[in-house]
Amino acid sequence: MAAPRVIVVGAGPAGTRAAEVLVAAGLRPLVIDEAADNGGQIYRRQPAGFRRRAEALYGTEAGRARAVHGVFSALRGRIEHWPQSLAWQLRDGALQVERGGRAHRLEFDRIILATGATDRLLPIPGWTRPGAFSLGAAQIALKAQACAIGRRVVFLGSGPLLYLVAAQYVKAGATVAAVLDTAPASARRAALPLMASRPSLLVKGAALLWRLKRAGVPVHHGVTPLRIEGESRVTGVVFRDSTGRERRLEGDAVGMGWHLRAESQLADLAGCAFDFDPVSRQWLPRIDVDGRSSVDGVYLAGDGVRLAGADGAELGGRLAALAVLQDLGLPAPAGVDAAALRRGLARMERFRQGLAIAFPWPGELIAALPDETLVCRCEAITAGQLRRGATTLEAPEMNRAKAFTRVGMGRCQGRFCGIAGAEILSAARGEPMQAAGRIRSAAPVKPLPVAIELETP
Amino acid sequence: MAMGGAGPLLQRLDELARPAVTLAVDGQVVTALEGDTVLTAVLLHGAVLRQSEFGDGPRAGFCLMGACQDCWVWTEQGTRLRACSTPVTPGLRIVTLEVPWPRLG
Amino acid sequence: MASVNQSDVLILGGGLMGAATAFFLRQRGVSVTLLERGLCGQQASGVNFGNVRRQGRFLPQLPLANRARLLWSRLPTLLGEDVEFLPTGHLRVAYHPEQVAMMEAYRDGARDYGLDLEIIGGNAARDRFPWLSSEVLGGSFSVEDGHANPRLVAPAFARAAKRDGARIVEDCDVIAIERESDGFRLESADGEIWRAPVLQVSAGAWGGRIAEAFGEPVPIIARGPQMGVTEPVPYALHPVLGVTTKTIGEVIYMRQVTRGNIVFGGTGHGPADLDTRRAKVMPEITLQQFAQLRRMVPAVGQLRIIRTWSGVEGYLRDDRPVMGPSGKVPGLFYAFGFCGHGFQLGPGVGEVMAELIATGSTTTPLGPFHIGRFA
Repeated sequence: MAAPRVIVVGAGPAGTRAAEVLVAAGLRPLVIDEAADNGGQIYRRQPAGFRRRAEALYGTEAGRARAVHGVFSALRGRIEHWPQSLAWQLRDGALQVERGGRAHRLEFDRIILATGATDRLLPIPGWTRPGAFSLGAAQIALKAQACAIGRRVVFLGSGPLLYLVAAQYVKAGATVAAVLDTAPASARRAALPLMASRPSLLVKGAALLWRLKRAGVPVHHGVTPLRIEGESRVTGVVFRDSTGRERRLEGDAVGMGWHLRAESQLADLAGCAFDFDPVSRQWLPRIDVDGRSSVDGVYLAGDGVRLAGADGAELGGRLAALAVLQDLGLPAPAGVDAAALRRGLARMERFRQGLAIAFPWPGELIAALPDETLVCRCEAITAGQLRRGATTLEAPEMNRAKAFTRVGMGRCQGRFCGIAGAEILSAARGEPMQAAGRIRSAAPVKPLPVAIELETP
Repeated sequence: MAMGGAGPLLQRLDELARPAVTLAVDGQVVTALEGDTVLTAVLLHGAVLRQSEFGDGPRAGFCLMGACQDCWVWTEQGTRLRACSTPVTPGLRIVTLEVPWPRLG
Repeated sequence: MASVNQSDVLILGGGLMGAATAFFLRQRGVSVTLLERGLCGQQASGVNFGNVRRQGRFLPQLPLANRARLLWSRLPTLLGEDVEFLPTGHLRVAYHPEQVAMMEAYRDGARDYGLDLEIIGGNAARDRFPWLSSEVLGGSFSVEDGHANPRLVAPAFARAAKRDGARIVEDCDVIAIERESDGFRLESADGEIWRAPVLQVSAGAWGGRIAEAFGEPVPIIARGPQMGVTEPVPYALHPVLGVTTKTIGEVIYMRQVTRGNIVFGGTGHGPADLDTRRAKVMPEITLQQFAQLRRMVPAVGQLRIIRTWSGVEGYLRDDRPVMGPSGKVPGLFYAFGFCGHGFQLGPGVGEVMAELIATGSTTTPLGPFHIGRFA
């Protein structure tokens, strides 16, 4: 009998750990990733020729990053690795991949999707100006290019990454104008009981705040962002502070983000069922405790489904691989304990719920955005156009609004406007956010070259 | 500190000991370092990668992880590059102002 | 508690045909109720290529197409909103000498129906449209054809009909249809009863099931168009483009919208499912289309596609729609199964069906489309 063909999409912490377990069980999985090197976004490796040590790049997570990189290096030769490869469609038991300008159709017995996440964004006036970047972008500029996104950077958003990136900028010698957190200070106290499930992370968070304070970086809680100023580029940020006072900060760059948004397009194309997750206020693929999706043969792990962060992704990757082995009738490798992995994920799930309380998604700010705010960056569709779609044109949900207004119809396929768009549409119709649904994914997952060469049979 | 003007968007903090690579941006010769992405190379010299197709002004990328698709640039030869995920190569000629499409012949 | 909803005409199906019929019935003052299972214009009417093309049609269909074309120019006034109709011209090209000859013959035939076509040699075509490839041997240009946004048209007709007094009921799943002595009785899943002396079936690919229930089976199959769109680039490909060929694998059509994206389709159809109401885009077909796009306009090879889609269309064996009165049941009318070429006809179908229902006859010949041809 031929060995079962298992594909892992994504070479971040979840994909790496999944591949590790599969290899330990005697399989030779194919690992596909868009990046030139493994590590995913969180443990993204700097290009060849860069010399900073892991401690400089990953801070307190250097040990974990080294471990994940080490595991992947040890797998070389025992897996097939396709870097710089775009998995652009998944259906009917075949994955469509573009690699080096050539099209490939890959059949599989089982597939693990470990496709990660991006920043979750809310639009504010001016957020398309040069100098406005996502928080993740601010971190990648530093990690992978040893650059700051500006000379004087404002960090805006909410969530642990907001403080982490600001502190990393301070440490790297960049000037941080301020940290603007939309969450009120009181929210964190309410979240403490749940967040106590991971005390070490609470300590790390406190250390970040202390570092910012020591560097003299102002931290404002409970802000309402009003606009990013500047015509041809960012010149400042205007916000209302928690006392209601309108303030302006000078700066030439903004790093903004509100936690994570799952990259779930391949799961959607494969036909996986999705549910609305009230914690993260987004639609996530439905999985069982180990990561089996609703579609036979399709498994999910990491931030593309659980949003439990890098540590959780490692656990989820291992669990999904164990589920694959079990479903193939193969024994689990020694030393990988499914019950312990599940317990670990349950603890992280409590912490995630705490985070959502401590750093809530400010949906009400989005609902109140001025009509002229660009919501869809790709198609330059405004909040007002979307509201007209929801009311005058009677679009009850996002796909209908997309058809009428082109919101989410552009190059990024709604990655950066879909969630905010659902807030605006549902608010305009006076309905809960989940009534607005989610933009259905369409192939290709990312832009595909018309000049692609066909596979020769 | 006055903000704005024509200066670079990004600021290099470290990793200066890499070989230089020369490319052209809108006809101007620009020096980058090996390992820089096209986005880094362009935004260390200016503040624009492309113009929005819909008249709302210049863009300079956003996510840097190949998700937002807001940093697609054109080469003079009329090919497309996603600036955040393409490393610079010697002789690359990027245009941020005009769009070399359709290429004829 | 079920209520009884009475009107002069019931329309089953809120695609372009049903919505336009409802609109033109209201223009004639007829009371009309339209029942749509999902949302108006979600299937074939909303996902198609958006071609407002007359050339290349079955010649006896041109009177209907001409009537529709007159309406296309009046839509902003009639509907009170823009559906992005642009009379950019439509260019069909040929790669083979025998196809050029066929285009000339078609031009001669179309003249009798009032459609003037211009045959252009390959070099002349490239002088006018320099982005055409060297493989193009000739073209047929239809100056008054063009394109529109299919996502907008049927919903705009439905809204306009509603403003004019039609009752448009969406998310209404009809579960029973009966012919009674004085007309039709429909029941929807929510228990509502709908009655009218006249029923029009404009249920697209699903129309075949209803016609069969009335004893008039037709050879219809459901298939999905294979659509895609590129990233936006400067507006350069002004006319809608298509190809004349006998080889399905050579079929490609494309149009550039003024915002810049190039919408395309061709080289085959995908499967469509009547029960799940979903149609697939086959990745293999998308990839095949790329070669044909580059073959007609090499510069499209510089671009990337950003999205693909499909939807459920109904195709009859003879590639003609079912349109006109029932051959068996008084008061029953059909307008379905437009075989992937109904978008241009839509406004005309609505006006002609309204005329037929309201007056008992129409000045536009419908004979070739009568359901009796399959009896």
